[in-house]
Amino acid sequence: MLKLEMRPQASRLWAYGSPVLALAITVLIGVALFAALGKDPVRALQVFFWEPIKSPYALGELALKATPLLLIALGLAVCFRSNVWNIGAEGQFVIGAVAAGGIALLADKGTGPWIVPAILAAGMVGGMVWAGITALLRDRFNANEILVSLMLVYVAILFLGYLVYGPWKDPMGYNFPQTRMFERVTQMPRLFAGSRVTIGAALALVGVLLLWVFLFRTRAGFALQVGGLAPSAARYAGFSSRRALWTALLISGATAGLAGALEVAGPIGQLTPYVPAGYGFAAIIVAFVGRLHPVGMVFSALLMSMFYIGGELAQSRLGLPKSLTGVFQGLLLFTLLACDTLIAYRVRWVGAKGGAR
Amino acid sequence: MESYALLLGSTLSAGTVLAIAALGLLINEKAGIVNLGAEGMMLCAAIAGFATVVHTGSFALGLLAGMAAGALLAVLFGWLVIWLNTNQYATGLALSLFGVGFSAFAGINYVQARLPDTPKFSWPVLGDLPVLGPALFRLHPLVYLTMLLVVLLMWFLYRTRAGLVLRSVGESPQSAHALGYPVRRIRLLAVAAGGALCGLAGAYISTVYTPLWVEGMVAGRGWIALALTTFATWRPARVLLGAYLFGGVTMLQFHLQASGVHVASQLLSMLPYLATIVVLVLISRNPTWIRVNMPASLGKPFFPGS
Repeated sequence: MLKLEMRPQASRLWAYGSPVLALAITVLIGVALFAALGKDPVRALQVFFWEPIKSPYALGELALKATPLLLIALGLAVCFRSNVWNIGAEGQFVIGAVAAGGIALLADKGTGPWIVPAILAAGMVGGMVWAGITALLRDRFNANEILVSLMLVYVAILFLGYLVYGPWKDPMGYNFPQTRMFERVTQMPRLFAGSRVTIGAALALVGVLLLWVFLFRTRAGFALQVGGLAPSAARYAGFSSRRALWTALLISGATAGLAGALEVAGPIGQLTPYVPAGYGFAAIIVAFVGRLHPVGMVFSALLMSMFYIGGELAQSRLGLPKSLTGVFQGLLLFTLLACDTLIAYRVRWVGAKGGAR
Repeated sequence: MESYALLLGSTLSAGTVLAIAALGLLINEKAGIVNLGAEGMMLCAAIAGFATVVHTGSFALGLLAGMAAGALLAVLFGWLVIWLNTNQYATGLALSLFGVGFSAFAGINYVQARLPDTPKFSWPVLGDLPVLGPALFRLHPLVYLTMLLVVLLMWFLYRTRAGLVLRSVGESPQSAHALGYPVRRIRLLAVAAGGALCGLAGAYISTVYTPLWVEGMVAGRGWIALALTTFATWRPARVLLGAYLFGGVTMLQFHLQASGVHVASQLLSMLPYLATIVVLVLISRNPTWIRVNMPASLGKPFFPGS
């Protein structure tokens, strides 16, 4: 029988090894699943792990999808490190997109390039306002932030639906629920010719740097993490848990809103009911798989982006539903959490008689 | 008059979905475990139940399949949080995310599927009453069974030895362990029972309540059910009351639409979610209400070796 034994010290090896082991197990389960569905597993692995990186264009697409995931995960990492369970990033992303879309719709033929920073700022403010509601209700009334932020996701998506079916609907749009296409000038500038990667990718990398500095080199970042790990110690040290709550939620609202702005004024180019693509939820997995570490999350965002692209390719090449992406994302988080046990515990094999209760 | 009776009847049906799931989650939480995976369990159970009814034509088997699916996922969750000591919030979240993806994946071929007609049920005599009969006494048997379930659960939790042990495991697992109770097995059983009830609720949605399969059709009811346990301050009777209240809010939205109120349907659809937030705020603002009844070890891991 397997028995867990508490390690005297957390294992550094497994802190890094656990995501790798989790990915390996997820891939193994994936291979079994493909085989069970009668698909060639080698071909399927190729679709998921080789096609997304085989050409410069493919790499660009990989970075494009990784951008919103990374941005949102950066903010979520601040939340989770301070023990604030914001799981409504999807809603903050949607409201960011709506606010950014509202600014983008103001543009006309004569609008100058100043509109781009205005769109980004609107997205961030939108996301912050939405996250701020959760912070306010938690702070003033002690309302559970998990449930409030999640309920606000549904409200945000319905609000987007209201706008695109109602007041913001394109009158020339053949009755499709969508706004008109935004003017060219609102398009996020691209980084390279021949690729759809925008300045968003660069902004996300700046975010990685800023988060690293904030977490590991500032007093505010330190206070926030202590509050998450040991609330009473933080109180003794005079660190305010209220401030940590607000900081965490506003930062994550801003990054999610920014991601929303980059999406609508980038690859999407208009508001439609399909703006919410689940990035806010996938980013939760990105944050955990990346160990809530800025650099780790770069890798996990790229990995999760691979899953997204692989899922789309699996649909066109293998005739499998796109929702396969969600299955693998969920599996990865499951296996990661299980593998993380190895960080704090040693697994020992004991005879059936010495069985653990 | 007739329309009000109908509104009441549909409120009971809508509330039943929430009540079954929330009662399941209540059992979990009484044992000290928070399962944020309710939404995922309900979705997987919804497709499992739907597919079973499509292939067998039996609604009873559909509900059973839903319960089995919910319990199976709950046991997986329970094994992770109880034996491997993973974080309950993160693991529940993983279950929800997995359930959303997996149910969409598994249900892809059932989007166009049709179900046979639900067998009709009617209380003798009462079902033949004018107006009230069709509205209140010809609902699905589960609506009435759920009311019975509340009574049973209250009896179990507060009047039986097993219920006392279950509650002690949620209040103080250390003491329960010291007294020789297998804390982890009890918790796993509670989690499995909770999963089975969430599964029943999910299968009820896809086979009886709106007999069709659409991706994500549980539409946040799993999360609302989680909020209901807090709303009810962990009391079974209040769970039922809260569930009917929320069922009423959901139905009110359709009622308003039908009565020609000029508000966009999307704004009306926000009502249940907004109501959840408002209710959470109202309940949580008074710390004594929450603290007095909340199982003391809710969400905290327990490791007997330590």
